[in-house]
Amino acid sequence: MEKQKFSLIGFLKRDTVAAVVCMMPFIIGFLAFLLVPMIQSLYFSFTNFHMIRPTYEFVGFENFQRMFNDTRFWSSLRATFNFVFGSVPLRLLFALIVALLLLKGSKMSGIYRAMYYLPSILGGSLAVVILWGRIFASDGLLNQILDLVGLNQHFPWLGDASTTIWTLILLAVWQFGSSMLIFLSALKQIPDQLYEASAIDGSGKIGSFFKITLPLLTPTIFFNLVMQTIAGFLAFTQAFVITQGGPRDTTRFYVLHMYETIFNFNRAGEGAAQAWIMLIIIGVITLILFKTKRFWVYDGGY
Amino acid sequence: MVGKKSKTRRFLGHVAVLVIGILMIYPLIWMFMSSFKPSDLIFHTATNLIPDPWTFENYATGWEGVSGVSFGRFFLNSFTIAGLATVGTIVSSALVAYSFSRGKFKGKNLLFVVMLATLMLPAQVLMIPQFLWFNTLGWVGSYRPLIVPMFFAVQGFFVYLMKNFMDGIPKELDEAAKIDGCSFYGIFGRVILPLSVPALITSGIFSFIWRWDDFLGPLLYVRGTQNFPASLALRMFSDPTAATDWGAVFAMSILSLVPVVVIFITLQKYLVEGISTTGLK
Repeated sequence: MEKQKFSLIGFLKRDTVAAVVCMMPFIIGFLAFLLVPMIQSLYFSFTNFHMIRPTYEFVGFENFQRMFNDTRFWSSLRATFNFVFGSVPLRLLFALIVALLLLKGSKMSGIYRAMYYLPSILGGSLAVVILWGRIFASDGLLNQILDLVGLNQHFPWLGDASTTIWTLILLAVWQFGSSMLIFLSALKQIPDQLYEASAIDGSGKIGSFFKITLPLLTPTIFFNLVMQTIAGFLAFTQAFVITQGGPRDTTRFYVLHMYETIFNFNRAGEGAAQAWIMLIIIGVITLILFKTKRFWVYDGGY
Repeated sequence: MVGKKSKTRRFLGHVAVLVIGILMIYPLIWMFMSSFKPSDLIFHTATNLIPDPWTFENYATGWEGVSGVSFGRFFLNSFTIAGLATVGTIVSSALVAYSFSRGKFKGKNLLFVVMLATLMLPAQVLMIPQFLWFNTLGWVGSYRPLIVPMFFAVQGFFVYLMKNFMDGIPKELDEAAKIDGCSFYGIFGRVILPLSVPALITSGIFSFIWRWDDFLGPLLYVRGTQNFPASLALRMFSDPTAATDWGAVFAMSILSLVPVVVIFITLQKYLVEGISTTGLK
């Protein structure tokens, strides 16, 4: 008995075995918390599984049919695309402009940088989401400031279908700080000799920005674009808390739609189907972005 | 002449950056200041930044909480969830990252590809599948779904970050330790882990901030007001269908930001490095 135990320890101490042992958390975690739930939900998506009914049966593609025939599904897709196309380009543009402004170091640049990325550090918290709702409420900060300068309108920013989504876009754009930091670190890596060479060639500041800075930044822009686009598709909390999807479903983002399907209407089977469709949508969009890569992303050396 | 011109231009540049910067953080300053105003005056005097009179009343009424549960309890719940989840994430991610960096076994490359694929799989896509799975397991209504998975390196971001860091540690150190009689585990504990502390801190602060801020997770899994973390309590506190004491909401909102601000001030170097090198957040 004693001897057998000893050899077990010896076995566990072999380098290959030890490496697998260290890998075990990931293997178990991947199976138990990613693969199994995904497969289970794929199965559920073909059943009429209901949160408050104990039994369920196989229904084929019924969930998918119902989902695609639901006008709210399409309005949620439209809201999500509006949000992504509104917020991602603006956010990247601001991040790039401010990164260029902050690139020239000075004694103050640490403080400036902190001011610009503080919103993106705090932005994930519910406190900021609540604050945003109060800024744009009809008796909120914005309308009071407009009052002060004589624009006495008391416009319902959160109640008008044309403006509400812009308040959420603004909240996302406001948090450009993290993209800005990524741009800053990419800008610092561009060698000075390139700018010197282009100055000798007679390029001005603007010329060298378009000939050197921008092309060399395209990989960073691409990386940011992919990450922000995916993140944009996952927007939930701001719509859930500030607008509840309204007015007229203009901010009913996909994740919110999915949430309500399962938690308000208890249709878990349809919710599972929606989760799979979302995975496919994100996959396709990422693929399209990667396909466009060779047309505009510079991938040579310096 | 040229020097003078560029000096004024530089000055104007400073002014522009500063003004836009203040505009950026103005909403946060406004909320901070409003939390010291008498609650019924906040939206009547929204354009005055400085409270008149100053009051700490909002902090007192806010702390009393909702439905007889104090905000102290909500913050304690948040610390419990975020703390345990972060410990789990760091321990498991470091082990897995070490195995990816130094281990040699068949199938390791395949596992690495799988790990990279999970990086692209956002939590919201998994929301429903995981909820249904935890429902099957009977875990809904407890903290388990928020904590247990974290002990199994489910956040590929951190594994990836740590693996990259460990790849930068010279292999000669492993060999020296091996000659001194260290096993695979010993090299991890005595060489790699102590040298990876910066990566562990970066991962730790991001994990903590994310878990602290998390709203969707508790919304799905936590039941019972006394178990709510601060994020859920704030949302309940500012229920749009009921009359809301905005002073108390702002006061508790400011308190909920304190841990993140403290991290921001004391560990800024790691935050900046984490974002710049890996695009976290």
